Amino acid sequence: MTLSGSVIDGQPPNQTTPTGPVPGPRRGRRRKWTLDRISFFIVFLGLPLALFLIFVINPFIQAGYYSLTNWSGFSPEQEFVGLQNFIDLAQDPRFTNAVGNSVVLGLVVPFVTLTIALIFAILITIGGAGRGQIRGVKGAGFYRVVSLFPYVIPGIAIGLIWRLILDPSSGLVNGVLTGLGLDQFESFAWLGNVTTAMPASIFVIVWGFVGFYMLLFIAAIKGIPAEIYEAARLDGAGRARMSWSITLPLIRDNVQTAYIYIGIMALDAYVYMQALNPQGGPDSSTLVMSQQLFRTAFAESKFGYASAMGVVIALVTLVFAALVFTVNRLAGGKDEGGAS
Amino acid sequence: MSATTTRPQTRKVVPAKGDRPVAVASHGALVLWCVLVIAPMLWTLLSSFKTSGEIFASPFGLPAEWSFTNYANAWVDSGLGDAFINTVIVVGTALVLVMLLGSMCAYVLGRFEFFGRRAIYYLMLAGLTFPVFLAIVPLFFVLQNLGLLGTLPGLIVTYVSFALPFTVFFLYSFFRGLPVEISEAAAIDGAGEWRTFFQVMLPMARPGMASVAIFNFLGLWNQFLLPVALNTDRDNWVLAQVLASFISSAGYAVDFGAMFAAAVVTIVPVLVAYIVFQRQLQGSVSQGTMK
Repeated sequence: MTLSGSVIDGQPPNQTTPTGPVPGPRRGRRRKWTLDRISFFIVFLGLPLALFLIFVINPFIQAGYYSLTNWSGFSPEQEFVGLQNFIDLAQDPRFTNAVGNSVVLGLVVPFVTLTIALIFAILITIGGAGRGQIRGVKGAGFYRVVSLFPYVIPGIAIGLIWRLILDPSSGLVNGVLTGLGLDQFESFAWLGNVTTAMPASIFVIVWGFVGFYMLLFIAAIKGIPAEIYEAARLDGAGRARMSWSITLPLIRDNVQTAYIYIGIMALDAYVYMQALNPQGGPDSSTLVMSQQLFRTAFAESKFGYASAMGVVIALVTLVFAALVFTVNRLAGGKDEGGAS
Repeated sequence: MSATTTRPQTRKVVPAKGDRPVAVASHGALVLWCVLVIAPMLWTLLSSFKTSGEIFASPFGLPAEWSFTNYANAWVDSGLGDAFINTVIVVGTALVLVMLLGSMCAYVLGRFEFFGRRAIYYLMLAGLTFPVFLAIVPLFFVLQNLGLLGTLPGLIVTYVSFALPFTVFFLYSFFRGLPVEISEAAAIDGAGEWRTFFQVMLPMARPGMASVAIFNFLGLWNQFLLPVALNTDRDNWVLAQVLASFISSAGYAVDFGAMFAAAVVTIVPVLVAYIVFQRQLQGSVSQGTMK
């Protein structure tokens, strides 16, 4: 994703994508091309569009071309090599390992984050008293505000803090664990062990994102009419039943959008992985695609090869999004079939 | 869990059956989560006042004296001060520009009918969804060819361009929602297109502008990949790069106290902005999803 702020598109894309620009309130306008009108269009549309085309769209297109060359950057000559870069990538053990690690992140991070976020969102919205008005637990506002703290902290700072917390000798985690009498954790390197480096990194990313998705789900659940819950409660449904049979189906589209957003983030994960283990971790066990791309481009100056990696990242992202859509549609189709 | 032990009580309590254990379990989970969120932040703040010796001695101990030595060291020796100023300049300028250009573009796309409008809309959508990593290599050379690589204006213009799609999307629906009668009234009163926008439409879009501005502020302040790849001149470094350099040189040679102080300095502005504007932030998320 471009900016971490851009995740929160006010309108989730699943609502805008299929319809496109919707015809809005508009009436016939006189087409008189005065100086005022011409200058208005040039500045209002031309200026932003020019920036966008030069600095966003143009590089995207160029990347596609570079990926088919063996360009090494600072030399002017670049040979067209067709799909050779992609063939090399498939046989590059470092990159395939990185793809594997990214896929692990793409599968685990969204599932864990969204599950936790959903549970907390349900507690905060409908987890309260079992009688009277449907409401969340007491102090819901406080929990909500605190939960979003990690989301506003820069990713690099999150990585740095957790790196210090997980520090083998002076970190908080080992301090607490040895304080509890678990002496085997004295100077245990969480980020330096093949078995714990990846889970620890996943934990840090989840820590950073739960709050935001929780907020998203809270908003979605609040959009469900209270009558539906009240009717379900009269029919004897408990909280678990209401969550499973009402909340979940009704916010399915929000979950899908969230899944795609966080999936894109997890497939990138550059800032977190770079902060926690800049070298890719023990035995490259936390090296991800984006890190390998950055190194190939800016440390080894293999720009054609790095662009091919960029194309692979984009493709993996698209496949991921398509998968989420398909799974949601298949699950949804079953539900509708059962209802009819 | 303790939930089961409280069960017998629930029989006599007036609220519905099972309320007590559920409440205990819910609060237990949420409190645990909040501790997990707050403890690392507090610990970082605390450690930023400790000397390196104290940091290595014990992760729990309080600093012997509350001095700002680490902050002073980080501010000067590690270039945190310069980076802070650079960040403020870059984020501030980019924020103003992206709000201005984004609202102008959204206004035209949202309220005028012309050839290619749909194409531009979908292009923006593509810019929002494609991973930046695909663009980063060519972008490096685009900036180099323009002589903007490693300069603050170069970073600003990149920030603006990459924050544009999100800004336009959010404000697009906002401008669409404003009634036509108002711009017509302005036209009848003799206002040109420029005046209609700046004096009539823009002020009406203030609530939407406010929430987009907050999100953009957080997003730009937290930006990492763009500066690390494109802002190569050390004098122009932003905060994220200082933190990254602490990490990449992390051995025992690093001033740990300064590292904690740098993290605090990076976090405080966004955290303050969030706490001040959190109502708007939460509101805008619900606004978007409830449609």
